[in-house]
Amino acid sequence: MLSRVADSLYWMARYLERAEHTARVVNVHMNLELEQPQDASFGRWARVLESLGMDKSSAQELDPHSLLHLFCFEQSNPVSIISCIRSARDNARQVREQISSEMFEHLNKLYHEVQTAAQDDLWTGDPREFLDAVKEGSLLFQGVTDSTSGHGEGWRFIQLGRFLERAFTVATLVDVHFEYFSGDAAMRPDAGPDTADYLEWIGLLRCATAFEAYCKVYTAKIAPDRVAEFLVLNETFPHSIRFSADRVQSALDAISAVSPSRRGAKAQRVTGRWRSALSYAQIDEIIANGLHGMMSDLKRQTTEIHSGIYKAFISYPVETALEA
Amino acid sequence: MVESVLPAPFHNYLLNSSYDEMFTNDGEVRQHYRLLLDKILEMPSEELRRRKQAADLSFLHQGITFTVYGRSEGTERIFPHDLLPRIITAKEWSTIEQGLTQRITALNMFLHDIYHDQRILDDKVVPRELIYSCPHFRREMRGVNVPRNNYVTVMGTDLIRLPSGEFAVLEDNLRVPSGVSYMLTSRQVMKRVFPGQLQECRVRPIDHYSHALLETLRSLAPEGRTDPTIVLLTPGVFNSAYFEHSYLARQMGIELVEGRDLLVHDNTVYMRTTAGLRRVDVIYRRIDDDFVDPLAFRQDTILGVAGLFNAFRAGNVTLANAIGTGVSDDKAVYAYVPRIIKYYLGQDPIINNVETYLMAEKDSRDYTLENLDKMVVKAVGESGGYGMLIGPHSTREEQSEFRSRILANPRNYISQPTLMLSRAPTFIEGGSIEPRHIDLRPYILSGEKVTIVPGGLTRVALRKGSLVVNSSQGGGSKDTWVLAD
Repeated sequence: MLSRVADSLYWMARYLERAEHTARVVNVHMNLELEQPQDASFGRWARVLESLGMDKSSAQELDPHSLLHLFCFEQSNPVSIISCIRSARDNARQVREQISSEMFEHLNKLYHEVQTAAQDDLWTGDPREFLDAVKEGSLLFQGVTDSTSGHGEGWRFIQLGRFLERAFTVATLVDVHFEYFSGDAAMRPDAGPDTADYLEWIGLLRCATAFEAYCKVYTAKIAPDRVAEFLVLNETFPHSIRFSADRVQSALDAISAVSPSRRGAKAQRVTGRWRSALSYAQIDEIIANGLHGMMSDLKRQTTEIHSGIYKAFISYPVETALEA
Repeated sequence: MVESVLPAPFHNYLLNSSYDEMFTNDGEVRQHYRLLLDKILEMPSEELRRRKQAADLSFLHQGITFTVYGRSEGTERIFPHDLLPRIITAKEWSTIEQGLTQRITALNMFLHDIYHDQRILDDKVVPRELIYSCPHFRREMRGVNVPRNNYVTVMGTDLIRLPSGEFAVLEDNLRVPSGVSYMLTSRQVMKRVFPGQLQECRVRPIDHYSHALLETLRSLAPEGRTDPTIVLLTPGVFNSAYFEHSYLARQMGIELVEGRDLLVHDNTVYMRTTAGLRRVDVIYRRIDDDFVDPLAFRQDTILGVAGLFNAFRAGNVTLANAIGTGVSDDKAVYAYVPRIIKYYLGQDPIINNVETYLMAEKDSRDYTLENLDKMVVKAVGESGGYGMLIGPHSTREEQSEFRSRILANPRNYISQPTLMLSRAPTFIEGGSIEPRHIDLRPYILSGEKVTIVPGGLTRVALRKGSLVVNSSQGGGSKDTWVLAD
C-alpha cells in the first residue's frame, strides 16, 4: 500500500472519530445543562472545552449559541465538527479508489448534510437532531467500512487512526472530569457522589456511550473509582482505553507482519508497553499514584506511537528503504 | 423551420437545417429511435422529471463531479447530465470503428517517423517547419525507442455529424484525453433510470473499458517485466479530472499515485509503500509533458518526478501516452492527417476531417479574414473550448481582436467554417424536450491491438443555440447507446 494512502486512511478515521466524539460530548452536556441553574453553565462549558482540547477561556467570552457554533460549525476551529468531517472527506477523496464506493458515498452524504445544516439556520430547530445525525453518520460509516472493505492493510490503518484517537480523547475526557469532580471524599471507595455530581458521573459515562454497559457490569450504583476502572481498564467495552490499546496493538502487529523490514519494531515496542501497562494495572493503584499522571502518560504514549508509525511506514528515509 | 407536430413533451421540438439524430427532415422518427420515443410518450409527464432528479442525486452522492477553475467556493459541480440517450446504429458504429482504427494506426506511425527518420518531412508531405515550430514537439524524444513503437495509447477523437448525416473528425486529443469516466458512470446511472429500455433497444455494453485499458497498458510493459506493476499518475485532488483518475484506478485495481509517491533511483522508478519501495513498470500518466519531470522539462513544478524522463529513455519504465504526442493534436498538424493516413497506409481516410484552413497559408488567411463572421477560428495549442472565435456569435471587437492576433502569429491559428453540429433530443428544465447540439468523443486504445468500446462521451451544448459542448463552457453529457445488429 502506498504510504500516502495509509496516511490518508489513518487521518480519515481519526477525524471522523473526533467528530463523533465531539458530537456526543456536546449533546450530553446540552442535556445536562437543561437541569442546571444558568449561572453554573460557564463552568460546564469551560470543562467541555477543556475536555475537547480547546481553549477554555472561550466559555467566558461566548454565549451558548456562539459556543455551539464553535463546537459544530466554526470553519476556523480545526476540531469543530464541520472541520473534522471536511478533513475526513478530503482524506477519503484522496484515496477514493482505495475505499469501497459505499464508504465514500456515506461519508460524502454526511459531509453534504453537515454543509446543509451549517447553511440553514440550525438553531431554530433542535441542534440535538444535528448532533445525532453526526453520531449516526459516523457509526454507519464504521459499519459500512467493516463490512464492505477487506480487512487488510488499509483497514488496519483505519483501525489505528480510530482507536488511537479514541484512546486519546477518552483519556482527556476522564482526566478533565476527575480534576473537577473527584474531591478526596468522592474518591473514597463506596462513598457515593451527591445528587448534582451523580448526574455528572452519568454524563461522563454517556460521553463515552458507556452508561448502559457500565450498569451491566456494576449495576446502576455509580462510584467514581468504578467509572474510572470501566473507562480506562475494561477489556470488552469498545470505548475504554484498554480496549482501544488492544486494537491498536493488533492492527500494528498485522501491518508489521506484512512489512519485510523491521522498521515497525519501535512503534510495536511502545505499543506493547502501553498495552501491558493497561492490562496489568489496578484502579486503586492508579488512583493512589494519581490518575492525572497516568492519563498524561497514556496521552504521551499515543503521540509516541503515532510518530513511530510515521517513521516506520509513512515518511521513512529513502536510504534505509533502498538497503532493505 | 417547421411547426412541431408532436405532442408534449415534444411540443417545442423544431427542426432546422442541421441533422437531427431522432427525426428526419420530414419529422418522421428514425427507426432506431422509435422504441425510445414510444416510451417517452407513454410516460406521465412527472415521471421524466422524477427520473431526472434521481439521476442528479445519484451523481451527487457518488461524488461524480468536476472542478471549475477560477472560483474559490462551490468549485465542485456535478457533471451536467442529460437524461435522454443518443443512439447510434450498428452500421454507423462499424464505420466509426474502422475510421478511428485507421487514424490511430497512422498517427502512431507518424509519431515514430518524426522522432526517428523523418521520412514524411523529407518527402515534403508535411512541412518541416510546421513540426519544428510546434510547441509540443519534443526534441528530447528524437531517437528514443518506445515499446511496440506505440506513442498514443489512449486517444479521444471528437466527431461531429454534418448536415448530410456523415461523421467528420473535429479534432484529436492525443495527450491526456479525459471524460471516459463520465461515459462509464453515466451508463451506470442510466441502468437505474431506464433499465427496461437499455435491454429492449439492445444496447452494447461498455463496462469492459477499464479491463481493456489495463490489458493495453500491460502489453506495453518494458521487456522482461512479465508481471508489470502499473500505476496511474495524477496531478492530485485539485485537478479537474481527479474524479476520473481515481475512478479508473479503482476500476483497474491499480495504484493511483501522485508525483510525491514516486522516486527515481538508478534510472528505475519506485513508489513509496508501507512495506518499502516497490518498482513501477508502466505509468498511465494524466499529467502533461511539461509537468512530468522537473529535471527534463518545466522546473517550476512539483507535480512530476525528478529523473522520470531518463528512466523512460532508458527503457525502464513505460509512459502512456509517450512524451511528445502533443505534436499531432496541434490543430495545424490536424489539417494534414488525411495526407498522413494516405502516406503511411496508402488508404483514403474513412472518416474525413472538417474543412480546415491554415492561417500560415496566405490564400486561406485572406479568405478567413474576409469572412471572420462566418468562420470558427481556433488557436492550435488550446483545448477545452478556450482561445476560440465563433464568427456568427462574435462581436465586431472580438473579430478585430482575432484579426490582429492572426496577423501577429499566423502559425498559431486555423479556421473552419461554422458547422451545424447535429442535434439530439434533450430534456429541458421545466419538462419539455428540445433539440440541442451534440458531438461524440469515442476513446481509442492502442497497444498490442486497437480496442474501441462501442460508445463514447456524447457532449451536449445545453444552452439553446450554443455550439460549444465543453464541460468547462456549460456543456453536459449524454449516454451514448450503440445498438447491436
